[in-house]
Amino acid sequence: MSETLLEIRQLTRTFGGGRRWLAPAHPGVHAVQQVDLDVQRGDTLGIVGESGCGKSTLARMLVGLDTPSSGSIRYSGVDLQRLRRRDRHALSRRIQYVFQDPLSSLNPRKRVRDILAAPLRYLRGLEGQALERRLGELMEVVNLRPEFITRYPHEFSGGQAQRIGIARALAAEPEVLVLDEPVSALDVSVQAQVLQLLRRLKREFDLTYLFISHDLSVVETISDRIAVMYFGRIIEQATARQLFQYPAHPYTRLLLGSAPVPGGPPIQAEAGDAELPDPLAPPPGCAFAPRCPRARDECRGELPTLDKLPGRADHHAACLYPAEGSWRRFSTTNTQEGAG
Amino acid sequence: MKAFIESLARNRLAAFGAIVLLLLVLLALITPWLPLADPDITFPANRLHPPLSEGNLLGTDALGRDILSRLLWGLRVSLAVGIAASLVAALIGSLIGIVSGYFGGRTDNILMRGIDMLMAFPYILLALAIVAVLGPGLMNALYAIAIVNIPFFARNIRGVTVGIAHREFIDAARLSGKGDLRILASEILPNVLPVIVITLSTTVGWMILETAGLSFLGLGAQPPQADLGSMLGEGRRMMINAPHVAMLPGLVIFILVMSINLLGDGVRDALDPRLKSGALSRPAPMTRIRRRLTGKHQDDAGTSPASALLTVDDLHTDFEMGRDIYRAVNGVSFTIHSNECLGLVGESGSGKSVTALSLLGLVASPPGVITGGRIEMDGRDLLGLSAREMRRIRGKDVAYVFQDPLSTLHPLIRVGDQLVEAIRLHQPLSRGAARELAVTLLGQVRIPNPQRRAEQYPHQLSGGMRQRVGIAMALANDPRLIVADEPTTALDVTVQAQALALIQRLREDKGTAVLFITHDFGVVSQVCDRVAVMYAGRIVEVGYTADILDAPRHPYTRRLIDCVPRLGEPDNEPTAIPGLPPAANALPEGCAFADRCDLAEAACRHGEIELIATDAGRQVRCIKPLGLPVHARAGVAP
Repeated sequence: MSETLLEIRQLTRTFGGGRRWLAPAHPGVHAVQQVDLDVQRGDTLGIVGESGCGKSTLARMLVGLDTPSSGSIRYSGVDLQRLRRRDRHALSRRIQYVFQDPLSSLNPRKRVRDILAAPLRYLRGLEGQALERRLGELMEVVNLRPEFITRYPHEFSGGQAQRIGIARALAAEPEVLVLDEPVSALDVSVQAQVLQLLRRLKREFDLTYLFISHDLSVVETISDRIAVMYFGRIIEQATARQLFQYPAHPYTRLLLGSAPVPGGPPIQAEAGDAELPDPLAPPPGCAFAPRCPRARDECRGELPTLDKLPGRADHHAACLYPAEGSWRRFSTTNTQEGAG
Repeated sequence: MKAFIESLARNRLAAFGAIVLLLLVLLALITPWLPLADPDITFPANRLHPPLSEGNLLGTDALGRDILSRLLWGLRVSLAVGIAASLVAALIGSLIGIVSGYFGGRTDNILMRGIDMLMAFPYILLALAIVAVLGPGLMNALYAIAIVNIPFFARNIRGVTVGIAHREFIDAARLSGKGDLRILASEILPNVLPVIVITLSTTVGWMILETAGLSFLGLGAQPPQADLGSMLGEGRRMMINAPHVAMLPGLVIFILVMSINLLGDGVRDALDPRLKSGALSRPAPMTRIRRRLTGKHQDDAGTSPASALLTVDDLHTDFEMGRDIYRAVNGVSFTIHSNECLGLVGESGSGKSVTALSLLGLVASPPGVITGGRIEMDGRDLLGLSAREMRRIRGKDVAYVFQDPLSTLHPLIRVGDQLVEAIRLHQPLSRGAARELAVTLLGQVRIPNPQRRAEQYPHQLSGGMRQRVGIAMALANDPRLIVADEPTTALDVTVQAQALALIQRLREDKGTAVLFITHDFGVVSQVCDRVAVMYAGRIVEVGYTADILDAPRHPYTRRLIDCVPRLGEPDNEPTAIPGLPPAANALPEGCAFADRCDLAEAACRHGEIELIATDAGRQVRCIKPLGLPVHARAGVAP
């Protein structure tokens, strides 16, 4: 029904490692390991995971801010690294990035005009009248008053600053927006405004989103498909409905059970240590096994691959013993329960 | 720019320096037009006239040359050489620093090792060596001084650039299609320029001294040319017979360098963002309290209910920034009962943290001032206590847990020792006993292997572990109230779940009351018995958690709950609240939410809107509470 826009295969990024002068070889840290992902045109792919799971590194590789150690990313069938080498602007015209912290992604000594004009000038080659017209359009598209264009970033609230960040990304007229925790730094009331704006922009400009977040409820409202990351790998991938209804990986279930819902039932807390394994000495088997209540001996020795679950369309999980059946839905009507 | 000049003018020493320097520069500039004797023409008959002699206001030197004329011409030369050398050093040094800091890696390594080589020599020796190679002369002295000072700029600017080069706006510029050169020139340079100016302003004086030093040794200005250093050098031989010949140029050097340094320090203070943020003004040990003597709250002690642990009544906390007064807390009243968990919910800027900090006078003063209200605990008004008495309560009866444990724990002290310190401040225990208690506490917050963890530094612990240490420290002296300010906001959900479970269990085991500040209704519904919703410095609704989540009465509460996406209800699109909260220095009359409320009417924007009691245990600050029949609007008097 729709074409595959991004094709990610065996993508790996390792930091450090190798031999240093006069020092023994030391292991590198695998931030992203053998990630396979497909993004369809017009879809919103949510990527969920806790801090240190590699989701930001993945995002940075997609926009060319970081280079994969191995593996490939293909954009409409063209290798991204080749595209980047041939014309470093070509990639930025297709894939743009929205940062988490709206204020630190705007140069404090530049006016909004200069910030927005840069991509128009260097990526789209606009000058003079055309540039001015586009600037006006951009401000309007993200619901900012036109006179704000002469202000400095510190004069804006978090939500307004994030709109400028979004306008900067849109200025390049990209087809894909990689949104790295775009609403995490915002207040809830502003968060809803920005989410609404993102929904509208997607419709208006036929955008494809990669929406990265640690907040399951935000990802659920905006995504068509969701990939869950843990310790550098994708451990489960499915359509949003499937994933939240029939989460198969124990980690996904843990995430769902930990998220507090207003008026929801009490959250579950793990009994043991909630820590990630040592990235310099990763366990041989499943990285989640030490925390997993369902883990058996095989889990600690064998690395599970991301396989299609039997009997479910389009649902993949990297688990030897995936959980079956539907996840107990939160009872949202009975609010008394959670109060105690 | 205007603000910069204003702040410079406020600094009296800097202003004095600026005026003196201006005069000296002016004198140097107009020297060619002044009716002065030629500085280089010798007149042996007139040698060594004392100052104030006829025709020679400041006397003459050993060759009969007019000292005043030589001083002014020399000042010209010294200023020009000093400033030129500084500019050359700043230009080359900053360029090396920016390039090396931005590109990093091998470029950085090569450039910085070169700089290290320059710095390996004692610099005056290096300057002498350079002049020795190039031959004596004013220009060569200038080169030598400039080269010797390059490392100073290069290292300074590199440090700043490294910090900026990894900021997100550089990535954003790269994604906007800017190349390295454009990023260096238009993104990085404007951000390091203040540092270059600061470095320059604090080194010019020093460079003039160095130039004078080389000339003094005969390596700079060559006779007959006058320059302050060479004049000093020539005069030194007749220090006994004619002291004025050496002392006058010495005095001018002193005045010149002093004025430049005073001005330089002023420029640094005005430009350095760290100093601007008030790092130099140390906050008082306790928030300043300047309660208006309305008499309303001063004498009615003991009005709080018997079960109350802490009662806050009409608390006002302002921030006074220049002429603006920001009303952060604007008449907040609430009660916490023992073993109760009261949630304080609001968006950023709603005043919830300032309320919490005001309880024990922890708001930084300046600029914070508590301008009214009463905080009662055990029949005592906490705001009436001296700083000394307050210290005895802090950490003992009331303890805090903050959002970011990494910034509240001391990075250089082992966590066990930090706990021991907290314990021994309030309990007469020996080191050994306190140590044991510390390990027990770490065990109580379920840190595995507490004995070993106590020996570790904060950076060796994960975020969740650090927050447990923060909670353990709050528990150290068995407080009756723990104020937890967004304690789980910085944590991952699975870790947050554990931290919340821990807080719940401790409440059950120890009977501690908790004031839980958060912006997350999900968290509130997990841990809080009652919740107070704050907006623009006021509580707009307070009641039992379940009741409020079930049937919010204040429109703001309703809309705040509706903005949160709820897990498991993807079709339930969160609805945003239009607009922004009012600025705390320009609060509107009437209801502060009226401008964003779709139910607001004219009456909402007038007068004082009081908290009214609606249901059991519920109070709402609204004249049209939701879900109540119209005739009940008047409400029951609170």
